[in-house]
Amino acid sequence: MPEESFLTDDFLRQLMNVGEVDIVVGLPTHNNAKTVGPIIQTIQSGILRGFPRERAVIINADGGSRDGTTDLVRGGSIGDVGAKSNLNALRTLHSISTDYSDSSDDSNGAAFRTILAAADLLRAKACVVMSPESANIEPEWLSKLLRPILNDGYDLVTPTYRRHKFEGLLVTNLLYPMTRALYGVKIREVFSSEFGFSCGLGSKFLEQNVWDDGAYSAGAEVRFTLAAITGKYRMYQTFLGDKMHVERRGAELVPALRQTVGALFSSLGPDYPVWSAVSDSTSAPTNGADHQVLLDPLRVNRKRLREMFSTGIMELESVFQAILSPETIVELRQIAGMSEDKFRLPAELWVKTVYEFAASYQRSAINRDHIIQALAPIFRGRVYTFLMENLHASAEEVENNIEALCLEFERMRPYLLQLWKSI
Amino acid sequence: MREMIIGELSTAFHEMVRGFAHFLPSLIVMLIIALIGWLIAMVVKVILRSILRLIKFDKLSQNAGTSQLLAKAALPPATEVLSRFVFWVTWLGFFLLGVYLLGIFGLQNQIARFFVFLPRMFVAMFIMFFGLLAASFFARAALLAAVNANVPSPGLLSTAVRVVIIVFTTSMVFEELGLAEQTMVLAFGIAFGALMFGLAIAFGIGGRDLARHFLEKRFVHGKREDNNDELSPL
Repeated sequence: MPEESFLTDDFLRQLMNVGEVDIVVGLPTHNNAKTVGPIIQTIQSGILRGFPRERAVIINADGGSRDGTTDLVRGGSIGDVGAKSNLNALRTLHSISTDYSDSSDDSNGAAFRTILAAADLLRAKACVVMSPESANIEPEWLSKLLRPILNDGYDLVTPTYRRHKFEGLLVTNLLYPMTRALYGVKIREVFSSEFGFSCGLGSKFLEQNVWDDGAYSAGAEVRFTLAAITGKYRMYQTFLGDKMHVERRGAELVPALRQTVGALFSSLGPDYPVWSAVSDSTSAPTNGADHQVLLDPLRVNRKRLREMFSTGIMELESVFQAILSPETIVELRQIAGMSEDKFRLPAELWVKTVYEFAASYQRSAINRDHIIQALAPIFRGRVYTFLMENLHASAEEVENNIEALCLEFERMRPYLLQLWKSI
Repeated sequence: MREMIIGELSTAFHEMVRGFAHFLPSLIVMLIIALIGWLIAMVVKVILRSILRLIKFDKLSQNAGTSQLLAKAALPPATEVLSRFVFWVTWLGFFLLGVYLLGIFGLQNQIARFFVFLPRMFVAMFIMFFGLLAASFFARAALLAAVNANVPSPGLLSTAVRVVIIVFTTSMVFEELGLAEQTMVLAFGIAFGALMFGLAIAFGIGGRDLARHFLEKRFVHGKREDNNDELSPL
């Protein structure tokens, strides 16, 4: 198997000691010592409660942590969890760790690739990836993500969360609507930090021989979901509850754009035969709510968002000239000059801008990473507009607004097709 | 006396005719070489133009900023300019080779120097083009990074990056061409040193408060503000 070549000998030996398993729990980490201990215990508890008879292994793919993360993973004893929860394991639960930072590709994609390869070698029936950055993982999440695969034959189980109405705005304002409009499947979390999948889907994705491309592996999670859609694998959504990060990562917009929007844009080229033939969108079967919105007050620096949008539009005009149509630039410039009370980046212009970015990305109008970076200030303008439009909105109104944006993305799809044909 | 003059004239005329008869084949060879050179230069031009179109050289040139410079000077696109340039250099090379074969004393040295200079000229052009490309790329990267990090005056920062790279490239080009090497190195050193010194003074003394405010905002308060006031995009 070619995948073996990037796995270390030590890791392969550990895998051989484990033997065949039913379930693989993948845990990618990088300096997560603060959280990894409780997360390991939660995972072990989830396995004891939900899968006491299944052979399971926790695989930690670590990116070279220096804070003792891997020691915590290896030292996590299932005995403690069993004693606390009064449950007994009927099978040995292995917990192994490997360092992927020595590989040529030192990114999240490398961790995911390691987990996929391990699941493939161990002939696991189902695999679940958990995030060390989620602050509120529950033992039940494992059952929710794995049962549809083991019992009902689904191939990919993505989560849905209860979020604050102003959290995850890149998901609600771009990823979800655009994926839905182009790929025709209503998957709320195209980029999810926790998800389950079948061995068949994992192996198929692993075979795609593009892992050496760092840019490609950076958005492996999004590509994985899109691969499941284009490969017509059976998809399922399951409601997990609150989505809480260990740290609020507001400042990390550009890496988030690279990881998600970059992956989505770069998939549009190879997936053109699929998305160009899509005419409608369908819902994926869902266990529980497909979304829930929290309305608590949240402190947001709106002024900063608007200023960064305006500064970006003014300063990046030479960059936008290579990416956007002249009409779009004029409209954005007009909005940038508006006063606070009139400022609004309407859905139509936002969708048009995103589609023009996608087309420019495809024809590599300028360096592709620069295209993704140039989207950040415009996204901030859209976030500001979304905040203002939904400041006093109820959960239902927020959802209606997101639905309206999705429909706008679907309505404008011919515009993207037209741009694509002119490349 | 009269016979002597006629004899001398006749000898001179015969010498001239003999010299011309001796020179004529070389001239014909030169013209043939020039003609063949013209044909080869035409073929090279056509092939080069096709290759440049195939590798989308115009787009590369647009990224480097050379297309914009050419447009301002009312010149054709970069592909056309480069293929025409190569045509003329190739043809001139053949023509000078023909002239060299004429054996005209004095010209031969100059022609030999031209052929020695030719590769350096191409290397200099190569350095200039990729220097402009690098300047454009890094200036844009600096601009985007500065805008997204909310750094004050991102345009100024981007321009500074572009200017430094272009100045550096120009000095390399002159060094490669062997033109005013000492002056260029000295000028570059002075200009670069002055720029850095000026920035140090401006930022350290002139903008002391601004610098303190910026650094505090960035590394002390900024982090807290970012964490509290920004939203998680995912």
